[in-house]
Amino acid sequence: MADPMRIRASMAGDKVEVRVLMSHEMETGQRKDASGAVVPAHFIQNVTVTHAGRTVLSAQWGTSISKNPFVHFRFKGGKPGEKVSISWVDNRGERRTDEVVIGGG
Amino acid sequence: MAFHRVLAAVLAAGLPCVCLAQQDTQKEVERYRELLAEGNPADLFEARGEELWKAPRGPKQVSLERCDLGLGAGVVKGAYAQLPRWFPDTDRVQDLESRLLTCMVGLQGFRPEDAAKNPFSAPGRPSDLEALASFVAGQSRGMTLAAPLRHPKEIEAFQIGEQLFYRRAGPHDFACVSCHGENGKRIRLQELPRLTDPAEARRIFTSWPAYRVSQGSVRTMQHRLFDCYWQMRHPQLDYASEASIALEVFMAKYANGGEIRAPGLKR
Amino acid sequence: MRSILALPGFAALALSLVGCAGGLSDDEARQRAERVFRESFSHGNRQMAAKVEQQDEVQALCTRYRNEPPKDVADGIERSQGAVIRYPASGKLLGDWRQGEKIAQDGYGLRFTDPDTKRPNGGGCYNCHRIAPAEISYGTVGPSLYRFGALRGTGEATQRYVYAKIYDSQAFLACSHMPRFGHNGVLSEAQITHLVALLLDPGSPVNK
Repeated sequence: MADPMRIRASMAGDKVEVRVLMSHEMETGQRKDASGAVVPAHFIQNVTVTHAGRTVLSAQWGTSISKNPFVHFRFKGGKPGEKVSISWVDNRGERRTDEVVIGGG
Repeated sequence: MAFHRVLAAVLAAGLPCVCLAQQDTQKEVERYRELLAEGNPADLFEARGEELWKAPRGPKQVSLERCDLGLGAGVVKGAYAQLPRWFPDTDRVQDLESRLLTCMVGLQGFRPEDAAKNPFSAPGRPSDLEALASFVAGQSRGMTLAAPLRHPKEIEAFQIGEQLFYRRAGPHDFACVSCHGENGKRIRLQELPRLTDPAEARRIFTSWPAYRVSQGSVRTMQHRLFDCYWQMRHPQLDYASEASIALEVFMAKYANGGEIRAPGLKR
Repeated sequence: MRSILALPGFAALALSLVGCAGGLSDDEARQRAERVFRESFSHGNRQMAAKVEQQDEVQALCTRYRNEPPKDVADGIERSQGAVIRYPASGKLLGDWRQGEKIAQDGYGLRFTDPDTKRPNGGGCYNCHRIAPAEISYGTVGPSLYRFGALRGTGEATQRYVYAKIYDSQAFLACSHMPRFGHNGVLSEAQITHLVALLLDPGSPVNK
C-alpha cells in the first residue's frame, strides 16, 4: 500500500483551496537501471476528487507527470468541516484514497 | 511572455551560437522554477508541523508549546530568524533542529536516541523533524535573519565553523570552499552560492528549509550539510552535531540581514 | 578572482567588528575545530572517518592558507606533487576516448552510498568542466576543455601534461580545487589515459 497522501483543504474566499502531495514513483517505463534492464512503467492514470458526492476534479495522467505529484486547485461549493476525498488508480490497478476535512482558511 | 522578450533581446545582441544555447537552458530552468513556485508542497509539511507542535506526544504526553526557541517559552514567531544562538539552559550554541531535540527530550520525555531517530524522510518513513522545522521556519517568513553572534560561545562557534569551512580532506581533497568559495560557478547546471559573499548568503541561506523536488520532501539545513559531506566523500555527518552548528553559525554571519523565505522550493 | 572577503585577515577584521569579548587564537581555533570534526562523524562509516580525520601534508597546507599559499609553500607543493606522478609502464598515454566520455560523465565512487568496490570510480569531470559539445549539462568550476586538443596540440608533450594534470593537478597549481585523481587513487592509470584521449584524440568529439 502506497504512503498516505499529504492533503490540506482550506477556504480561500468563497472557494476551497486544496493541496495534495501524492507519493508515487511515476515510472515512465523508459528508464534503464544500472544493469541495463528497463524499469517497468508504474504511474498514476486516474485521479478523482469528490466532495458531497460530486466530482470536483478528474484527471487522466500519463508518463509526463513526475514522481510524487503535487496538485494544487480550487473548487466552489465546500464549507469548513466538510470532507473532501481524493483517489488515484495506477496502471497496475493499485489505488489509494485519502480524505481531508476542510479547514477554516 | 518574459522568456520570449529575453530571447529576442539575446538574439538582437548577436551572441554566438553556443552562448545562446546556454542562455536558453538557463532561462528554461528559471521558467521551470517560476512554474513550480505557484504551489509549494512545503505548505503541507508546515501544516503537519503545526499539528505536531500542538499535539501532546512522547512519554510525558506534553505538547511542544512551552518549547523555548530563544525568544522565551512558547514563542515561535520570529524565533527562526534569531538562530543559531547560545542557550543558557544547555550552555550550548544550538540551531533549530538541535533545539527541537532538546525540547522533545526535556518537555516530552523522549529518549535522545528516539527523538533523533528519523531526521530525514524516506519512502514509508515521514520525518516529524522535517515537519516541525518547516512549521517553525515558516513562522519567521518575511523577517530579517539576525543570528546574534555576540556571546563568547557564539563567537567560538563561528571560528570553529570557519576552520571547518576551509578544511580539505578525503580522496577528492574537497572542502566547503571548493564549491562555495567563488561567485558565478556551478556544478553541472546547479548554481553554487559563494557563501562568504553576503549578497549571495543572504539570498540562499535564508531559503532553507525547502521542499526539494529531487528528494520528494522538505529538507533542512542539517540535511543540506549531510548531503554536502556525502558529495565531499566524507562519512555520515552526525545529526545536529557540533560541527554542523558551527558551520551554520559561520554561514549566518554572512547571511544576517537576509529576508527569510522559508520553507522554500528547490530542485 | 580574489576579493577582500577571501583574505584570511578578513575573518579577524569581521570578528573585531562584531565586538566580541573573547575569541580563540588561530591555533586554538584550529585545535578546537579538529576535535569538533572528529566528534561529529561518530555514527557513520569508521573507515571513511579515519581517512578524512587525517589530512595529508598538501591538504593541511591548503587548509591553513585557504588555498592561497605563499610562493615558497606553493613551489614546495608543486614540486612534491610533481614527484608523485606515475605514468603507465607501457608509455602509452592515449587510451580510448569513448571510455573517457563515460568516465567523464560518471560521478560514481567513494561516497558512503557507493559500496560496490568492484565498480570503478568515475571522474565526474562534467560536474566542473565543459568537455564534449553534445553535453550541455556541464559545470563551470573549472575551465572549458572543449577543443582542447585542437587548440593545444595532440603530441607527446601535451599528452604527458594532460595525463599529469589529471593524475595530480597540484603539480601545476598548488591548492587547485581539482581532485588529485591519480595520486589519491580515485582513477586508475588506464582510466586517466582514456580521459587523455577524450581531450586529445583528433577523433574525439571534443576536437571536432
